[in-house]
Amino acid sequence: MADNETNLVTINIDGNEHKVPDGMNLVDACSVAGVEVPHYCYHPKLSVAGNCRMCLVEMGMPMRDRATGEPVLDDDGVQKIGWMPKPAIACASKAMPGLHIKTESDLTKNCREGVMEFLLVNHPLDCPICDQAGECRLQEFATDYGRGFSRFVEEKNAKPKRTKLGPRVTLDDERCILCSRCVRFCDEIDENPVLGFTERGSHSTLTTYPGKQLDSNYSLNTVDICPVGALTSTDFRFKMRVWFLKPTPSICTESSAGVNTEVWSREGKIYRVTPRRNDAVNDTWMADSGRALYHQVEDEARMLNYRVDGNKASLGEAIGRTRELMGLGKVAYVGSGQMSVEEQWMLRKLAETEPGSIHFRYHTGDGDGRLISKDKTPNLRGAFVTSLIKELPADNLHALHDQLESGEVTTVVAFGEDLVAGGISSELLKKVNLIYIGTNRNGSTDHAKVLIPSLTVFERSGSFINQQFRLQKFAQCVPGPAGILPTTTLLGRLIAEFKGETPTAPSNPQIWREISGAVTECANIEFAKIPATGLELDGSAYTSIPFVEEKGWHFEPVAELVGADSSPS
Amino acid sequence: MDLKPETLEKIDKLIPRYPQKRSATLPLLHIIQEEKGYLSKESVEWIAEKLEIQPIQVWEVVTFYPMYRREPIGKVHVKVCRTLSCALVGAYKTCEKLEQALNCKRGETSEDGKFTIEFVECIADCGYGPVVQVDDKLYEKVTPDGKADELIEKLKRIAEGEDVDSDTSGERSPAFMG
Amino acid sequence: MAIKERRIIYKHVDEDGYSNDIDCYLKNGGYEVLKKAVQAKPEDLRQEVLNSGLRGRGGAGFPTGMKWKFLDFKSGKPIYLVCNADESEPGTYKDRQLIYQDPHQLIEGMMISAFAIGAKQAFIYVRGEFVNGARILEAAIEEARAKNFLGEDILGSGYSCDLLVHRGAGAYICGEETGLIESLEGKRGYPRIKPPYFPAALGLYMCPTIVNNVETLCQVKHVIDMGGEEFAKIGIKGDSGTHIWGVSGHVKNPGYYEIEAGSATFGDLLHDLCGGPLDGRQFKALIPGGSSTKILRWGETFKVKHPNDGEEYEWTVEDIPLDAVSIGLCGTFLGTGGSIVMDDSTDMLEALANLNAFYAHESCGQCTPCREGSLWLNKVSTRMTSGLGREEDVPLLKDIADQVAGRTICAHGEAVAWPVQSAVPKFQDEYLDKIKKQANGDRYNPEGFPLI
Repeated sequence: MADNETNLVTINIDGNEHKVPDGMNLVDACSVAGVEVPHYCYHPKLSVAGNCRMCLVEMGMPMRDRATGEPVLDDDGVQKIGWMPKPAIACASKAMPGLHIKTESDLTKNCREGVMEFLLVNHPLDCPICDQAGECRLQEFATDYGRGFSRFVEEKNAKPKRTKLGPRVTLDDERCILCSRCVRFCDEIDENPVLGFTERGSHSTLTTYPGKQLDSNYSLNTVDICPVGALTSTDFRFKMRVWFLKPTPSICTESSAGVNTEVWSREGKIYRVTPRRNDAVNDTWMADSGRALYHQVEDEARMLNYRVDGNKASLGEAIGRTRELMGLGKVAYVGSGQMSVEEQWMLRKLAETEPGSIHFRYHTGDGDGRLISKDKTPNLRGAFVTSLIKELPADNLHALHDQLESGEVTTVVAFGEDLVAGGISSELLKKVNLIYIGTNRNGSTDHAKVLIPSLTVFERSGSFINQQFRLQKFAQCVPGPAGILPTTTLLGRLIAEFKGETPTAPSNPQIWREISGAVTECANIEFAKIPATGLELDGSAYTSIPFVEEKGWHFEPVAELVGADSSPS
Repeated sequence: MDLKPETLEKIDKLIPRYPQKRSATLPLLHIIQEEKGYLSKESVEWIAEKLEIQPIQVWEVVTFYPMYRREPIGKVHVKVCRTLSCALVGAYKTCEKLEQALNCKRGETSEDGKFTIEFVECIADCGYGPVVQVDDKLYEKVTPDGKADELIEKLKRIAEGEDVDSDTSGERSPAFMG
Repeated sequence: MAIKERRIIYKHVDEDGYSNDIDCYLKNGGYEVLKKAVQAKPEDLRQEVLNSGLRGRGGAGFPTGMKWKFLDFKSGKPIYLVCNADESEPGTYKDRQLIYQDPHQLIEGMMISAFAIGAKQAFIYVRGEFVNGARILEAAIEEARAKNFLGEDILGSGYSCDLLVHRGAGAYICGEETGLIESLEGKRGYPRIKPPYFPAALGLYMCPTIVNNVETLCQVKHVIDMGGEEFAKIGIKGDSGTHIWGVSGHVKNPGYYEIEAGSATFGDLLHDLCGGPLDGRQFKALIPGGSSTKILRWGETFKVKHPNDGEEYEWTVEDIPLDAVSIGLCGTFLGTGGSIVMDDSTDMLEALANLNAFYAHESCGQCTPCREGSLWLNKVSTRMTSGLGREEDVPLLKDIADQVAGRTICAHGEAVAWPVQSAVPKFQDEYLDKIKKQANGDRYNPEGFPLI
């Protein structure tokens, strides 16, 4: 019965045949076929609970004679469909050859109307003050599948309001529809079952154990998956109506895990960051800590002005002074794992034009074995792929220190990396011609002869290569502060200055044409065509590099595999 | 938590009889409630630790099953069956009568701490209603105009610490049936 | 039709001088069937049960042999046998007698069944309120263990099986077999979705599990004793053996009566054995097999064509034969045999409100239609009995129930809906009359007891 492509099967939805992956959950299979099956409790990354009953559909299989196994035919010679006497939940079924379902029949519609009515009888009518309004499944499905009026005249149940479940999550129990997604998330994904239901029946109440908190660094995922306004983000609560917000696909820079995100903004201001589904990287999850990184956009230490020798200056003056200082003596560049692939590529080109030693910073810290890796920068792999570096750099700048102390290097061009924090003393820095390009002031910036402000990840676009050698794009979410250039443009300008050419502002697609022509792993890649969920590059050339990342969700360190293979048996 | 040595011994013997530790949640709650009268936060946490599960997982169970008590109760626990078979033969009236005589509302404990009355769902003795379960003992045919008065007197004696076990004027022994 | 009890399961219940200890049981031929059974091949025993046509006695009436046949014997995982002694369907009090008065019959039935399905561990899940019942079972288990009827190497057969009593704590829903399994795992009694969690494949601890009612397991002993085909001769085609009828409510002699399936009618049961209605009263309604089964109204007639003889009959309530097939033809179920009788003093709306309160209280709260529908029904019917009923509430009750039945995780949805779905069409005239009269401040049923 299997179709030619062995992993696809044909199912019949409302009389139309569709090819869908064999064994796929029927809710997802219908979605693949373009048919919406409304649901609340089903979540593709959690176990199936089957409790909301919103996905009830009529289901049947082609009939076969029990004794002979022969197909049972109708008068027209077509195999009859044995419809199940009762509606069945799509979420507990899998796509299999010949499966028939009805999502538009009277019974299915009646089931949905019934479930919608039931879900609303004890739900407060507080949509006007509810943060979920605009992205509320209850609102959406009530509109799409509800009856449009209520027959309920009794008192609604009273339950706890505004419970602080933890430092970042607020619960309104009256809004809860008891779908148990959050409970399952804590149990199955976070492996920290702090949430549960108490009481019984319609009085069931979502809660933590008295005195315990939902304080995991993944707690905000419960807010993401809550289909209604029961669980809300304390940070985002009452800040902005979601229909005013524009989501932009981005990549979390918290670590080299490269969590896919959506950044929600309005009129140039970011209000929240949520995970974007990528089954190869972060599924539908992200850490709470990564969501807070957008605050750097409005950080008090943000640099907004070009400065030359401590004084405000124009871009032209800053570039002129940079060129001047770079000509004074031997140059060293300090690149960063925070730079995008495109920026690293341009830096490499600058270093070819105006040779100097290349230093590189990435930052190791604690990983959580999940979506935060031990490398706290998003793009160390990019530096390898762009050939900016060939070996894993030390987790400090001691080599640069020695160069500076011996006088071997007199000018340093640093990209967003605090040299003092990297082990170069303030005393020493004072003697150096430091050109600093970065977003924020830090221990090094006071010593810089030239300060060039740059854009945060939210204000520019580009790509990172994560720990899996997955190339992932991030888009500009909000405009940067006035007058600040993308670092690629700045680098393009410097290169042109040194070459005596007309300055250009190379776009990412242009840069990628160069990269794809020069880098084997990136052959044929066009920037515009990098998929939303990224592109896995061949990282086999780098298996000998002792990257620091340890096992995480969707990540197995290569080095560890090698170690496992060679372990004495 | 401070439990009698024989209770601890009982618990330690029981847990390994289950293929999985968590299965012992309900029996442990029963055993500790029997000794302590109710289930305190301390008891819940003790059980969670004993069974290597989270306290919320025990708390979910405590709040699901009506027989588990979150507060201390009166000296005598009176459960009157509310459901149809008993109601048809007067259970609501019987319950009212007990409430008045014992000065205790259903769902509450009397001020003197002697009685707790619960109006519970079917106790599965439907042919002999109205049935009233007093602690471990079951009293049958406690009709509002009949045996209710008799039972009220007994309840008062039980509250004074008298043993009315031997007093089996009913057709069947209440001690036997509870 | 003269009605006569045929006591097989209840042979010794209420018998003078019969006690629940093992000596008494052995004196009466106890454990002889187990001795015979452990010498047989398990698959042969299972075939006997299949041949017997025995249907489960817990309410759903599913053929026991078939249930056992579905067991996943190939998984390599341990197999569990669980006795469902969570007797809690209102109107039902038959298992109580077995547990309290004849526990060894249950233990013998369980050990035979455990041997037949290859279970190495068995449980009795007994409702929490049966405090002494649990003690009686525990004492009986120790007696049986001392005599090697359970435990290690039972009767030298090489087969071992332990038995543990597990007390519930007052949740009706744990009588649903997957809710029971969850409860036995130490959790809230949330029934599981089926598919995929059919106990025969993914039951207790995700292992193959058989959950059978107390009476069913006792019946197994008699099936093995007399042989499946012999057992099948008792009763009628499609419903073999005897049923215990536990009658409650408005009859002179409520009580339990064991009757061969199909050998008598409700009229025989209620008049001849139960003494008929109370003085000066008339029968009005009957809930035949536990409170969730659909209600029957005196005055209605059922035109049926019986599958066993092909004959057409027109029955009143009192004419319906006491067997699952005939009762099923009348649009209701034999269920647990817990018959609740209501006479003309009964306010039918209050009776419905009483049951709605029960099912709302006992809904586990997991799935939407049952959780919200049961409480809504309860709120509506309670309001209606308090003098605040509206005419439109009558069809509303039915509509709510229609949105519950068949759409829930477990059969509690049907239990919530059936009383309403069956009572509203049959008693709506009374409901409407009551709504009208109560608006005038009259009490509707001054004769009867309040039911809510």
